[in-house]
Amino acid sequence: MTATTAATAAAVPEKTGRGSPWLAAVRTPVGACSAVLLAAVVLLAVLAPLVWGDRAATVDTNAIGQGPSGAHLLGTDSLGRDIFYRTLVATRLSVGLAVVSTVIGVTAGLVLGTLPSVLPRPAGRLVTAAVNIAVAFPGLLLALFFAVIFGVGTRGATLAIAFALAPGFARLAQTLAAGVVGRDFVSAARIAGVGRFRLLVRHVLPNIGEPLVVNATIGAGAALLAFSGLSFLGIGVQAPDYDWGRLLREGLDGIYVNPAVALAPGVAVVLAGLAFNLVGETVAAVVGVRTRSAKVRDRPVPPVRTAAAGETGDESLLVVENLQVAFPGPAGWTTPVRGVSFTVRVGEAIGVVGESGSGKSLTGLAVSRLIEAPGVVTADRLDFAGTPLLTTSERELRPLLGTSLAMVFQDPMTSFNPTRRIGRQLAEVSEQHQGLSRSRALARAVDRLRAVRIPAAERRARQYPHEFSGGMRQRAMIGMGLMGQPRLIVADEPTTALDVTVQRQLLRLLARTRDAENAAILLISHDITVVAQNCDRVLVMYAGRIVEDLPTADLTSAPRHPYTRALLAATLELDTDRDAPLAVIPGRPPEPSEVPVGCAFAARCPRAADRCLAEDPVPALVGPGHRVACWHPYEDTGRESGREAVASGGAE
Amino acid sequence: MSELVFDDVSVRYGGRRGGLTAVDRVSLTVPAGQVVGLVGESGSGKSTLARAAVGLSPVTAGRVLLDGVDVRRLPQRRPLQMVFQDPYSSLDPRMSVGESISEAMPRGAHPGRAGRRAEVARLLELVNLDPGRAGMLPGQLSGGQRQRVALARALAGQPEVLIADEITSALDVSVQGAVLNLVRSVRRRLDLSMLFISHNLAVVRYISDVVAVMYLGRIVETGPAEQVLTDPQHPYTRDLLAAAPSMGADGTGDDGGPADIEPPDPHHPPSGCRYHTRCPIGPLTNAERTVCATTDPADGAIRRRHRAACHFAEGDSEHPGISAMSKGDGPL
Repeated sequence: MTATTAATAAAVPEKTGRGSPWLAAVRTPVGACSAVLLAAVVLLAVLAPLVWGDRAATVDTNAIGQGPSGAHLLGTDSLGRDIFYRTLVATRLSVGLAVVSTVIGVTAGLVLGTLPSVLPRPAGRLVTAAVNIAVAFPGLLLALFFAVIFGVGTRGATLAIAFALAPGFARLAQTLAAGVVGRDFVSAARIAGVGRFRLLVRHVLPNIGEPLVVNATIGAGAALLAFSGLSFLGIGVQAPDYDWGRLLREGLDGIYVNPAVALAPGVAVVLAGLAFNLVGETVAAVVGVRTRSAKVRDRPVPPVRTAAAGETGDESLLVVENLQVAFPGPAGWTTPVRGVSFTVRVGEAIGVVGESGSGKSLTGLAVSRLIEAPGVVTADRLDFAGTPLLTTSERELRPLLGTSLAMVFQDPMTSFNPTRRIGRQLAEVSEQHQGLSRSRALARAVDRLRAVRIPAAERRARQYPHEFSGGMRQRAMIGMGLMGQPRLIVADEPTTALDVTVQRQLLRLLARTRDAENAAILLISHDITVVAQNCDRVLVMYAGRIVEDLPTADLTSAPRHPYTRALLAATLELDTDRDAPLAVIPGRPPEPSEVPVGCAFAARCPRAADRCLAEDPVPALVGPGHRVACWHPYEDTGRESGREAVASGGAE
Repeated sequence: MSELVFDDVSVRYGGRRGGLTAVDRVSLTVPAGQVVGLVGESGSGKSTLARAAVGLSPVTAGRVLLDGVDVRRLPQRRPLQMVFQDPYSSLDPRMSVGESISEAMPRGAHPGRAGRRAEVARLLELVNLDPGRAGMLPGQLSGGQRQRVALARALAGQPEVLIADEITSALDVSVQGAVLNLVRSVRRRLDLSMLFISHNLAVVRYISDVVAVMYLGRIVETGPAEQVLTDPQHPYTRDLLAAAPSMGADGTGDDGGPADIEPPDPHHPPSGCRYHTRCPIGPLTNAERTVCATTDPADGAIRRRHRAACHFAEGDSEHPGISAMSKGDGPL
């Protein structure tokens, strides 16, 4: 999008109003206000000089410096001209000049801002440096400086404001463009031989257009204010032309005689500036936040699901019954976790596997009470160490969760605060929950870092997260969990971002921790082999449900659910037949908002029958500690027959 | 069919001080019509090497040759295309599938709007996608479908050599199989040479004819895929194989010894053999093996089996794997 179209689009967004998001935006109070104000300003700018131009210019020596009266609504100025009409007529020049200088400024800024991504590197750096220096100057100072250079007058003021606006805009465009240029699709286009200029026009500009349009609109408001300021100071519009700033300057002399003379243009500036800024806000709301959640209606009552919960003896540490996690979406509530039930016993390692979108991570987050509003967690029962997590107040829960539940996330880059030392971040846990003093907490942190085998723990504790490698950061994260006496470690894809050698280290560390602390582990992973190697029991999740819950020993020998078998067959191993095509699962999982009535896997299942499409299977016990939610599970026969569960080479 | 040769290639980032040599004097040949799998940890330089071939990372020393011609002398549209790891960032969200694909077509190859449209349809069908999807935006496609579009776009450039950089690591296992099957069949049908990069040994083994193992910017072992993975010569290759998770094995066993040591800082690579700080057969376990810390095993690698850059690898008696490789006079 070029700067010109950007500015016009910014000036009349309501007119172009295509589609429902714009209409919806106009219906909001801010949107309606901005639409009305903008329409008024544009109408006045176009019509006022045509209709009232003559009346505003008429000099009436009989009515000099009058106050408001029937004949002159807001009084007259020192030459007897009608203030009300002059203010209305001045709209065209004030708004017009503001828009012109914005267009020039935005164009210049866009060119300066995108040049570095097109120019060769040294030249690009030079432009960047120049822009950075220009940004450091205050805008108004720059405007005054340019006004002096370009000479006093309309042209000078326009250019001055335009060039004062440009550096900030250039900087914004530069930052946005740099973000886009770093992405793979630009690299791909470059490899395909797309030229620099075309790259800019086809790939970079369209992807940075939205924030620039929003900023240009707000910039127009600022330009209006700045222009009025310059005219007020006498270095903007010169007589006999007049804009609001000039009217203000002329009226100020008589402010004690007739305040309306000064107030009217002042109010006009405020209203027009408000119009621009409100339009900017509205445009931002529409283009910026595409996935605005619809009005949060009352959440529908979750479908009742008879859950065959596992045996819940004294040994159980975590009991989950009929857990549901729901989020409000644009088309009503979606429920990515739909009635999950399982039990984790003391010291047990449970693995949760499934494809992306199966709800496995949300299950882990719900167990740790980390689902934030507007997400809603409901469960018939969600007990951790005998404490109901959903009904206990957060104040009471905090010490329990802080010391007995540890969480390890997938991305080791974001799990620590980058501005604080690792040791302090660990120590905080003990200061908060165990009431240790600062120094004793730090000593414990060093000790715990040693426990997770971080070499030179004292030195490392004083380092910042960025000085740690990915694997070491994950270990420090486990170390943080060990600051208390963790009884459950929820590890959500803890090794996905790591290399195989580091993955092995980390999984061993988890296993050692489990032995040493007698802690239970909930290991969430997309990799069924990782789970099989490290867990006692495996929960296979599909479309927000647990479809099979089985001891790891059964995983290779006797999986019952067609999905489990398909997953196993699709897993590549170091002894996979190189000459045969790989097994794949045809189709794809249903979206959380479009889960079918029957079994969610039926559409991809080779064993699906009429009943599967009509009725959702209820988990049933098929062996010791082995539950399957399937109307037609495989019989207890070995893994090989699983091959038939999958088509080969088909479309995904 | 073309041969892609990396001849003593180095890629260095940053200035003289604090710089990083991401790829250090690597020589590797992708023989015509074959698939070379490149494995290694993140930060080992495998992606940087691939990006050097397509001009996305600067070659500071050495040459990349396509059929004997330095790729820097080739026209802007090189017969060398790449598929990226992340299907969500490799397609322009504002361009339809058809536009993205036709942009990559060589100019004049398919004149006219109708010609381009027909070629887009043909390519989409080649990657098992409905040609009717040409008008869709990437946001309307799943990850696996996007990766197919990315493959179609790469093929639109009529490449002789295809580079695939971790193309399945962002995909679910059920989709991974479909994409790998597709890549294999398309490569065979079009007789492409291919450099396939992955950190997943099982994936590389399945798809490659030749495997090269990278560690800290160096290639430490190369050879026919089956041989390297069943009879690894370099201790690092052995560690990678041992660490790969597999269904039968138990991952909670004892510690793996020195391999558990943190990887060294790539800004300050160790002297001698770069693996000696973690090597289970090096100076950590055998104190008398000081040669590892002092002498670079890359010299003389050519004489060892699989060109292993290890002082204690077997000598190469029967020249296994050399048939698949070029003469390669530089050290590996």
